[in-house]
Amino acid sequence: MEAEETRESGVAGESGVARESGLAREESGVAGESAVAGDPAADPISLRGATATLGGRPVLRGIDLTVRRGEVVALLGANGSGKSTAVRSVVGQVPLSGGELALFGIPRRRFRDWARIGYVPQRTTAASGVPATVREVVSAGRLARRRFGPPRKADRAAVQRALELVGMADRARDPVSALSGGQHQRVLIARALAGEPELLIMDEPMAGVDLASQEILAGTLREQVAGGATVLLVLHELGPLEPLIDRAVVLRDGCVVHDGPPPEAVGQHALPGHDHVHPHAAPDAEPIRTGLLT
Amino acid sequence: MLEILDYAFMQRALLAAVLVGITAPAVGIYLVQRRQAIMGDGIGHVALTGVALGFLTGTNPVWTAVAVSALGAILMELIRWYGKTRGDLALAMLFYGGMAGGVLLINLSPTGSNANLTTYLFGSITTVSPEDVVAISLLAAFVVLITLGLRRQLFAICQDEEFARVTGLPVRTLNLLLAVTAAVTVTVAMRVVGLLLVSALMVVPVAAAQQATRGFAMTLALAITIGVVVTLSGTVFSFYKNVPPGASIVVLAIGVFALITALAAPLAKRRAQRVAAAEERCTLRDDVLV
Repeated sequence: MEAEETRESGVAGESGVARESGLAREESGVAGESAVAGDPAADPISLRGATATLGGRPVLRGIDLTVRRGEVVALLGANGSGKSTAVRSVVGQVPLSGGELALFGIPRRRFRDWARIGYVPQRTTAASGVPATVREVVSAGRLARRRFGPPRKADRAAVQRALELVGMADRARDPVSALSGGQHQRVLIARALAGEPELLIMDEPMAGVDLASQEILAGTLREQVAGGATVLLVLHELGPLEPLIDRAVVLRDGCVVHDGPPPEAVGQHALPGHDHVHPHAAPDAEPIRTGLLT
Repeated sequence: MLEILDYAFMQRALLAAVLVGITAPAVGIYLVQRRQAIMGDGIGHVALTGVALGFLTGTNPVWTAVAVSALGAILMELIRWYGKTRGDLALAMLFYGGMAGGVLLINLSPTGSNANLTTYLFGSITTVSPEDVVAISLLAAFVVLITLGLRRQLFAICQDEEFARVTGLPVRTLNLLLAVTAAVTVTVAMRVVGLLLVSALMVVPVAAAQQATRGFAMTLALAITIGVVVTLSGTVFSFYKNVPPGASIVVLAIGVFALITALAAPLAKRRAQRVAAAEERCTLRDDVLV
């Protein structure tokens, strides 16, 4: 198993610095965990009765959220409904004040196998201080597979593949600051894909993304799903991803108010021509849409 | 021109200058990327207490400065984690405390005086001792090992800390390591550039380089090149004009920044025009569904 190999070589290739106690503990944790991670049927995400507060205000008030292997689940809800907090708690960025979280069947506290998860955070417009090329940013995602030690051929190939998947290979040497919002979002998704994750967690991947990039993103996601990936998406509305989504979980005021089939599109979203993605059609057979109806 | 190499003290000063030119921008790039450019300044203030402690206890001030500034840097990093609203005030206390403590202690010590202090504040080329050179070389090797060896990991945590945590990188350990490395760099630089101007050499070469570069690795390489050029030429200038090297080095660095900024603006404009010209022209299409 490739992941196993990388992990071991990562430990062997540790620099002197990495031998510090904190690191050593983490690495040995990984090695110990891989025996437990054996249950292939475990749900990638299992959240039970989760509560969380931000600045003293309850944001999650006991939500259940299970994402099964191979499922594409959309987390929907108005601004402030807690959907972003829910996914950020899943990836360990917001502490839960109550409830249980297990990733791939392992309690969150003991979960160390982060290479199985590809995280696409909400895009921020604040540019970093120092220029960075598209390839440099995407390569950071590969650290999930090889934390220390120089990148090898397989790592560079994975980065290149991720760039091609989102159609940004020709921009690999450009600075990220020169990209449009949609292109930037594609780079963040490529960064998550560079680690070849089994579970993709995306926070508002379609926010502020132009139509051309939306189509490319939908195509990328379709390929991942066809390859067996599990996906949890935070969305403001279903939009062009609708045909891909198996289940929708709707949050309101920190509670789950719907868990089941995606809600029917209403209003102009139900008009013919609104769906941009057809999972079984070849991407090049897609007619170009003008976006007048969206 | 080469006659300055005949002086042993100049050989030591130039060697120290090269090491400063490499290490200061190599650490500074991560601080700039994380918008913590001012951190080097704070560590410089705290290091002053360490220098004075060296005078007071009769040990080489380089080592006491490393210890005290590393503690200060770790404290700053902890304040960044836990301090939410009062973080800036806590940092201010640390800075002022470090400065005041340094002046207080040096005047209490039998050998130290404010004159000694001045050479540490603004740098001095005549006072780099052979032991200093050994200490500076060892410390610089550590800084280079961390900043270049862990380049991809440090880039990841400074570029997007939240994402880096989800990749499973030991972000806290790396953050502490970066803080300690910055503290070590301050002590490497203090003999030549001085504690008050050390932060400038961490920030200005990076700021200059990023006017002309498109990627992180290129910015790092160019910033180190600029760093070495200005520290060497500034040290030589100080030899002939008898001014503190810290001042001439920083003025030179700012000159390079201004020069690159002036040259880069028209270049960027031309590049943008080329990109715009390469974009597709508008055409009517018959495959559009409306």
